Amino acid sequence: MKYQVVIGLEVHVQLLTNTKIFCGCSTRFGSEPNSQTCPVCLGLPGALPVLNKKVVEFAIRAGLATNCSITPRSTFARKNYFYPDLPKGYQISQFDLPICVGGRLDIEVDGETKPIGITRIHMEEDAGKLVHLDTMEAGEKSYVDLNRACTPLLEVVSEPDMRSADEAVAYLKKLHQIVTYLGICDGNMEEGSFRCDANVSLMPVGSDTFGTRAELKNINSFRFVKQAIEYEIERQADILDEGGKVVQETRLFDPASGATRSMRGKEEAHDYRYFPDPDLVPIVVDAEWIEAVRKALPELPDAKRTRYQDELGLPEYDAEVLAASRDIADYFDACVALYPQAKPVSNWVMGELLRALKEDNREIADCPVTPGLLTEMLKLVENGTISGKIAKTVFDEMYKTGKDPAKIVEEKGLVQVSDSGAIEKIIDEILAADPDKVADYRGGKEKLFGFFVGQIMKASKGKANPALVNEILLAKLKG
Amino acid sequence: MKITRKEVEHVARLARLELTEEEKELFTGQLDGILAYVDKLNELNTDGIVPTSHAVPMENAFRDDLVLPSIGIENALANAPDRSENFFRVPKVIE
Ligand SMILES: [Zn+2]
Repeated sequence: MKYQVVIGLEVHVQLLTNTKIFCGCSTRFGSEPNSQTCPVCLGLPGALPVLNKKVVEFAIRAGLATNCSITPRSTFARKNYFYPDLPKGYQISQFDLPICVGGRLDIEVDGETKPIGITRIHMEEDAGKLVHLDTMEAGEKSYVDLNRACTPLLEVVSEPDMRSADEAVAYLKKLHQIVTYLGICDGNMEEGSFRCDANVSLMPVGSDTFGTRAELKNINSFRFVKQAIEYEIERQADILDEGGKVVQETRLFDPASGATRSMRGKEEAHDYRYFPDPDLVPIVVDAEWIEAVRKALPELPDAKRTRYQDELGLPEYDAEVLAASRDIADYFDACVALYPQAKPVSNWVMGELLRALKEDNREIADCPVTPGLLTEMLKLVENGTISGKIAKTVFDEMYKTGKDPAKIVEEKGLVQVSDSGAIEKIIDEILAADPDKVADYRGGKEKLFGFFVGQIMKASKGKANPALVNEILLAKLKG
Repeated sequence: MKITRKEVEHVARLARLELTEEEKELFTGQLDGILAYVDKLNELNTDGIVPTSHAVPMENAFRDDLVLPSIGIENALANAPDRSENFFRVPKVIE
């Protein structure tokens, strides 16, 4: 039988706050185990959690950027379960009154735009980390680090609106782009700052009754999301084809084998007995607060793409690449502010700059060629001081040294030769050296023009003004 | 009878409590009595009254996002039943 897959995603977004959600402990990654803990995040009796205001602000940002309504009065609830990484025996989360509800993200797959519903976004605390060290009594014990306990998270729950692994990946990428643009998450999937669970079920094509779903966990890269969902589609289709029933369960994705496997024994834990947390008072968000957050929102990727095309006249492809990450877009915007010629800037950013950064495995924020230097160089090209070809040499030198382009040009003697007398002299020498080819050209082999240009540029070490070279050469060859 | 023995067993399991047969019997009756008592509230007409989640009429108790000193690894682990290096040590958890 042919099946339609139905996918809903739950994404945990770790927030870029300095401190934890309910205490003043630092959220820094990679510190000594249990060094960033206090009575609140250790779950000691009598400790009182107090909400970090920044978390609420970040949640409102996320809600506004994903077209959610902000709940005027929302509350925290306790989600009760036992696990060694959860010291209180409950996780403080939100249940019936999450901070944001009813949003939407538009994704693009195969040139089609499709809205994906967002059911809710709620705030919660992360659990600690269980560590299994090979060196330590392997197999006997687990080790608990509570530095991560109480780190603020947003859980973004989508509607089951996605109908292929590609749609799920597109949604995830879009959400990732938005939270990183908003500056509320570093987006680092390897370190677990952006984690995804996928609910996957199948139904016969043409049906509108959802089948039983499996919840896939541990899919911490875009590639794994695609792999895990595709594996799961096949697994469930095989079961259904053989007349079996899909079991509702949690399954763990194993990146090594590309398969998902059942996490047995966690089923009973699903009785969470939520109730309002008496330690935390309700959060009231008024229109004024929402407006203040809305005003401070950065330009989001969709708006940026549209502006790059409509106002700056860039091709769709350029707009897509430049708006893909906030850092690149910020760099590009800074350049255009200094040198308002979008296309040359775009060519250099997408070309030499991103290539150099990629080879170097460096972030654009650490690029030695600042927007100031890049645009200075573009001005030198525009006013004829250097040719576009020489600009590449200047760029490489700027990238290596961070030096001013005018200085590089001066030090290396790279000024473009626009003196027609000097160029004429070079051309005469080249033509005199190869009278046969000159004769061939004049006999109709016009392709040789490029050969001469190449020789001339070589003789001038790339410094001859190409426009002048063309002009003079053409005149000379015509005789 | 509102509370059954099965529910007592279920709740005990969720709370990781091991109960004897006598205790199960005892608690089934006691919990049932408590529920019946609280059930009195259902006699009141509460139409149009917003559910209360907190007894204190207070909202928006926030702190600023400023790092405060943590208590230190030794203090954090002082009450741990078992430790290894700077970790809490617990029975093996299988995922
Ligand atoms: Zn703490």
